[in-house]
Amino acid sequence: MTRGYGRDPVGSPACDNVARAPHAFQLVVPSPRVPAVLTMPPSLEARQLTRRFGTFTALDHLTLKVEGTKCVGFLGPNGAGKTTTLKMFTDLIFPTEGEAFVNGISVQQDRRRALSSCGALIETPEIYGSLTPREALQLVGAVRGMSAADVRERTDRVLEQVKMTEWANQKVGRFSKGMKQRINIASTLLSDPDVVLLDEPSTGLDPRGVAEVRSIIRGLKGEGRLIFFSSHILSEVIDVCDEVILINRGKLLFYDTLANVNARLGSGATSVDAEFLRPIADADVARSIASLAGVTAWSRLDERRVTLTIQGGPEKRAEILQGVAGLGLGLVGFHESRSALEDVYLQEITTGES
Amino acid sequence: MSASSGGLADEPHVALGTMPGPVEQAFLMSRYQFRDYLRAQRFILMLAIVGAILAILLALVGHYPPPALIANGNAFFGSLWVGGSEILIIFAGIIFGGDSIAGEFQNKTGYFLMGLPIKRWSVYAGKYLAAYAASLVTILVYFVVLVGAGLYFVGSGAITTGLLGSVGLAALYLAALLGTTFLFSSMFKQSLYGVIIVAVMFLFGFAIVVDLIEGLVGITPWFIITWANVVIAYPLTGVPAGAGELIRNVALLPTLAQGIAVMFGYFLFTTLGGLALFGREEFT
Ligand SMILES: Nc1ncnc2c1ncn2[C@@H]1O[C@H](COP(=O)(O)OP(=O)(O)O)[C@@H](O)[C@H]1O
Ligand SMILES: [Mg+2]
Repeated sequence: MTRGYGRDPVGSPACDNVARAPHAFQLVVPSPRVPAVLTMPPSLEARQLTRRFGTFTALDHLTLKVEGTKCVGFLGPNGAGKTTTLKMFTDLIFPTEGEAFVNGISVQQDRRRALSSCGALIETPEIYGSLTPREALQLVGAVRGMSAADVRERTDRVLEQVKMTEWANQKVGRFSKGMKQRINIASTLLSDPDVVLLDEPSTGLDPRGVAEVRSIIRGLKGEGRLIFFSSHILSEVIDVCDEVILINRGKLLFYDTLANVNARLGSGATSVDAEFLRPIADADVARSIASLAGVTAWSRLDERRVTLTIQGGPEKRAEILQGVAGLGLGLVGFHESRSALEDVYLQEITTGES
Repeated sequence: MSASSGGLADEPHVALGTMPGPVEQAFLMSRYQFRDYLRAQRFILMLAIVGAILAILLALVGHYPPPALIANGNAFFGSLWVGGSEILIIFAGIIFGGDSIAGEFQNKTGYFLMGLPIKRWSVYAGKYLAAYAASLVTILVYFVVLVGAGLYFVGSGAITTGLLGSVGLAALYLAALLGTTFLFSSMFKQSLYGVIIVAVMFLFGFAIVVDLIEGLVGITPWFIITWANVVIAYPLTGVPAGAGELIRNVALLPTLAQGIAVMFGYFLFTTLGGLALFGREEFT
């Protein structure tokens, strides 16, 4: 299975591992058309990447390498420097210091080559209003060196992915903001790039659109590429990403896997909100719920809801759910309230600010 | 992942090497930009201006045919083609070139294009070529109608090689004027500023400056394009006596070579300047 225009003609979803195996490397090298760099897994790298606006430092010596086929969340509150970073990765703005690399190619030195295997959606670009989505995607495909037949096939596919098939031949100028953003997402995916940069892609979409974009990104994950996705919404990152980079005030706070971040709290504790049909007395909670194995603490949200701190993994949680349900207190809801990551997020951001 | 990519697995289909070169990418850009121009209201506006100028001029000629004007083709075109095309070129430059670069920022269309693997100069060149082509199309409409009128009023001898020479010089003037509008469009992120500056300069600003420099400073204003563009008429009217000659240090009229050199210089330096500016421009 070949994917990606402009790069890695022998790639596969497993190219991350394959490229490292000596025998696979042998398979790749004999083709003189494929420079060695193309056999590497997709990567993004920032070296001392810094951007100042006047005296204000929007990004402060970011050094970071993201490599492999996975989904990485670039998380930070508004103004953290996410867009600034992504714009330097796509040569929309220039670093004050440092350099950005896509697949090992410096964006600052050769934007054309660096972006050849990278699809990027930064902020909300506009397409020439008189063009139709199909025409706009033709332009993208032609510039990227796709054949007309490939462009047609991929256009049908990506328009379907963003649910814009029926608008394929209407003028973009008349589209709503959300519809335009869907076309932007389609154009980012058209060439099947192995690095995808998305800067808060659900901006401007209605709630249904937001959910759809998330499911598109989740769908992309299975396709063996590096997705780098910025967001200020923690739940979105938890929902779709394998790894998390947290930045605030232009500074890298941490880069880790979602699992490790959860483990960082050490205890592996999670919090669960339990909701009941009727008001529930403190005494009942203390006597019955809090005494279940694995429940380490509890607090009250309101008269019908309590938050339980739970020690242990999903199995423990299932056990506790069963236990609470079995108490006959009229349990109507049981869901995670704040994950470890959210605690870290809030904690890191507040310490950073003080 | 999709059937499309799966089916192509056997042959490594698109590798880095097959991405079009920067020149080809510039032409690809220009094709889509040109299509956008043709569909935009501004194209209709430009055609309306062409139509209005043609209607006025041809109504006058038809109603009171001035004997000197319709005496021969060179006189006819020396007046109607030269005068009309000069003003149309200015309009075309403003309408198609005025917001060319600034508009990419203002309308955020630049964010779409600049995310693509394309050199910045390819984007600039593509836009320039498209604006040139769109301008040329509208001016050719003027030309074709005028040729028809020339054949009608003057007769079959109306079309001379001089006319072709003049058209060539007008094409060079268009290149220079668009270069200038692109340069000013690259200077500002608001379209309107570049449009106003170019309109003021070409419609009357330069003419005033030429007079001032000749009259008060007493040197030849060779660096002002409206001093040079009068050569567009030369192939039709002949080079006027005194062209290139200094009268009290001032050459009031350029020689043909001087005119060509100045217009070409405008094209070259404004384009280099615009490219340099656009290369440093940030999409913040
Ligand atoms: N062109 C600019 N001029 C001045 N300040 C800017 C500019 N662009 C961004 N900033 C500042 O840099 C900081 C980071 O911005 P940004 O990268 O857009 O944040 P995020 O995308 O994480 O919300 C913000 O404080 C913002 O005000
Ligand atoms: Mg942002």
